[in-house]
Amino acid sequence: MVVDTEKDLASGNPTGLWSWITTVDHKRIGLLYGASALIFFFVAGLEALLLRLQLTTPNGTILSADAYNQLFTMHGLTMLLVVVMPVAAAFMNYFIPLHIGARDVAFPRANAFSYWLFLFSVVMLLSSFLLGGAPDGGWFGYAPLSTQLEEFVRMDYYAIGAQLLGIASITASANFIATVFTMRAPGMTLMRMPVFTWMAVVVSFLLIFSLPIFGVGLFQMFFDRNFGGQFFGGTGDPLLWQHLFWLFGHPEVYVLVLPAMGIVSEIFPTFSRKPLFGYPFVVFSGIAIGFMGFGVWAHHMYTAGLGPVAEAGFGVATMMIAVPTGVKIFNWIGTMWGGKVKFTLPMMFAIGFVSLFVIGGLSGVLHSVVPSDYQQHDSYFVVAHFHYVLFGGGVFGYVAGAYYWYPKWTGRMLDEKLGQWHFWLMLLGFNLTFAPMHILGLNGMARRTYRYPEGLGWEFWNQVATVGSFIIGISFLFFAWNLIKSRKDGRVAGNDPWDGRTLEWSISSPPPVHNFDEIPVVQHVDDFWYRKYATDDEGRAVRIPDVTGGTIAAETDTGGEDAHEEDMHMPSPSYYPVVSAFGIVFMGYGLVYLPGGWVAVGIGTLITMWGVFGWSLEPVTRDADHD
Amino acid sequence: MAETTHRSHPTPAAYWGIALFLAVVTAIEIAIPSISAFDPVKVPLLLGLAIIKFGTVVMFFMHLRYDKKLYRTLFLLGVIGVVPLMVIMLLSMDAL
Amino acid sequence: MTSEAAPVEAHDTHDVRPIRKAAMWVFLGSEAMFFGSMIATFLLYRNTTADGPGAEIFNIPFTSASSFVLLMSSLTMVLAHNAFEKRDARATRIWLLATALLGITFLAGQIFEFTEFVHEGLKVSTSSFGSAFYMLTGFHGAHVAIGVTMLLAMFFLSLDGRLYEDRGLNVELIGLYWHFVDIVWIIIFTVVYLLQV
Repeated sequence: MVVDTEKDLASGNPTGLWSWITTVDHKRIGLLYGASALIFFFVAGLEALLLRLQLTTPNGTILSADAYNQLFTMHGLTMLLVVVMPVAAAFMNYFIPLHIGARDVAFPRANAFSYWLFLFSVVMLLSSFLLGGAPDGGWFGYAPLSTQLEEFVRMDYYAIGAQLLGIASITASANFIATVFTMRAPGMTLMRMPVFTWMAVVVSFLLIFSLPIFGVGLFQMFFDRNFGGQFFGGTGDPLLWQHLFWLFGHPEVYVLVLPAMGIVSEIFPTFSRKPLFGYPFVVFSGIAIGFMGFGVWAHHMYTAGLGPVAEAGFGVATMMIAVPTGVKIFNWIGTMWGGKVKFTLPMMFAIGFVSLFVIGGLSGVLHSVVPSDYQQHDSYFVVAHFHYVLFGGGVFGYVAGAYYWYPKWTGRMLDEKLGQWHFWLMLLGFNLTFAPMHILGLNGMARRTYRYPEGLGWEFWNQVATVGSFIIGISFLFFAWNLIKSRKDGRVAGNDPWDGRTLEWSISSPPPVHNFDEIPVVQHVDDFWYRKYATDDEGRAVRIPDVTGGTIAAETDTGGEDAHEEDMHMPSPSYYPVVSAFGIVFMGYGLVYLPGGWVAVGIGTLITMWGVFGWSLEPVTRDADHD
Repeated sequence: MAETTHRSHPTPAAYWGIALFLAVVTAIEIAIPSISAFDPVKVPLLLGLAIIKFGTVVMFFMHLRYDKKLYRTLFLLGVIGVVPLMVIMLLSMDAL
Repeated sequence: MTSEAAPVEAHDTHDVRPIRKAAMWVFLGSEAMFFGSMIATFLLYRNTTADGPGAEIFNIPFTSASSFVLLMSSLTMVLAHNAFEKRDARATRIWLLATALLGITFLAGQIFEFTEFVHEGLKVSTSSFGSAFYMLTGFHGAHVAIGVTMLLAMFFLSLDGRLYEDRGLNVELIGLYWHFVDIVWIIIFTVVYLLQV
């Protein structure tokens, strides 16, 4: 992690590596999440490039079948659990408190614990490449493939690594829910919250209720592998794993994409200079997606033979979920319609998000039709579909968020020219890579096979896809270079470079440690906008003079009882979260290498207890004399 | 339920009374399987009694009856949500 | 500080209790999903005994007794909380210890039960029934053990009068957790034991 010493000294932040390790500041933890996710994005991207190289020509010889299995498993696992979820967590960490007018999240140390547990678990997962082989049963880990014991530790790494990542996510989600429901600024009712924060709440609920189910499945896999359990093998039923997995795995899809939807719901109003069209509809359709997302898991299992009643039921439910998604898309278009649209970089990525997501959504509707899905199942058509949704949707949305909020993080703008290169190369490379997969899939090319014979007519489109994937890779080099370079050389942004609408633009860039000098009193959706603009007789926005975009303290003193009495004691740094997370991952390593690993499990338990008890008994804010 | 949220917590005597009630319900539960007259309604009866015990502990010992409505929502989302999910799963696996 | 001091230390910031309780409740909702999935797994495999022992080896009188012990530990827990709210350090301490001891009794009963079952030929690896039974009751037992650890920690802290209201480890939060572990057992006792024999 690069520490910008000058800036941190100026804003009174402590500096140095130790201050980052012990930090409990939600903004720093957000940045740590973001930086880690970006690094892991490059790792997972590299894995994908190797897969594409292997598939460029028939009978590819670059990877062995074994290496291919490890790489495609880790590509999926890494991208979903270690890149997209943490990057969403980065935005949530940074912006939930800023959006609701709070000084930090509800549990700053638990927040740090979530991050460190995430980081250590990823290190553990990646270390498996060197310690006996990486998981190779697919990110879905279907039994009985995943419970075979020929490969000693591989799927144990999966069972334990995913479990630990899940614990980190549950902790973070409980934290966000507690933050949003108990720490909003005066006047910030739920229906005045920015849509991004709303979607973060929905995602937190999805994770909190779906991850335990996955956790049970992972423990069962672990029992089968290590204690002779018969959950999926022997007298057990492998279908149980599929149910438990997809009971988590389908809500997970919405976990990945809803925050991106929240981000573009912030971007469209800002750059169309209009309020979000139908704010309550966007919020309630997000909640509806959350609820319905729990009821459609078995559409991943049509070919498992559930019987006509279940398949018809899940098919109809799956088609219905397109309705709230469509509502959102019309709302975004309605927001741009008649607005003064400015095609800035965040806006371009956001429009890219909507366009590509619609394509992915349409092929998704094809999958909901059971007979049609029988044909497409396990073909590259499915790969095309979910990359359009998760990359075209998810990643474009998160990159839009990065361009939109980079000025708030660093105080400087990202470079426009490099950003344009990034956008157009990414758009081109993305479509070159994944559009041909529709054709390949319909022509019968199966997923997860490490090579294919000549003469099936798949050569050309595979070559196109490989070229496209390298273009995506290059486009992200532009992005990475832009992120690094603009920290020092970028145009100075000021507090409010985009003429924004939400509270984070009312404070300095980067924000002070305590976020708000005085807790704002909120009266509207997009409150900051209404402090800057009044509406004239014809409904046009008119700038109110003398508002500099500085602190928007309570102008009226009504209901501001908290604003002045609130003491400014920020939570003190703590190393206990790191200790606890380390202890848990130490236990995890032990569990992978049972039975000898019981020793490590014991040591890890002791370390964890030290961390947890120290943490539980340490006051949140230490006074000077306790130091 | 607004009037109940401000009601004060039960007294220790009331806690002992609630515990006695729970003990009596448990005794009935244990007795039911051994009385053959109850066989046709055994399953709904036992499930009903378990839910009564569950609710009593949650409402009085965990003070959910007296506490903020938010807590009730957060908890019940999980408790009530898991039932249909698992029932549908078991039905589709022909296990119920 | 001496053991006679008031059980609550003054805290300097605003009231964090509602925030902690909200997080605890949402965590318990999450735990409901966790145990719900394991109970469903048990129901799926309730007859999959693979010629090994099935539900007929359950010793209902014994399990009824240990269920009663756990049920009563909820009473002692709520009395501890009640005493804590009234700032009665001595009563808090006694009831905390009583709760921990009841929890340990329950765990001892579970260990005895598992030993008996293994003796009668039911292991994790015997059948899907065995796997599901041991996993469900084992994870419940692990939750009880974590609860006992926290209760004992609270008890020893209370000996120097260090019972806080605003720290992660406080009587009210442990109480919520403990009652939850109890209500999970209420369901397990009915679904796993009473309905299967």
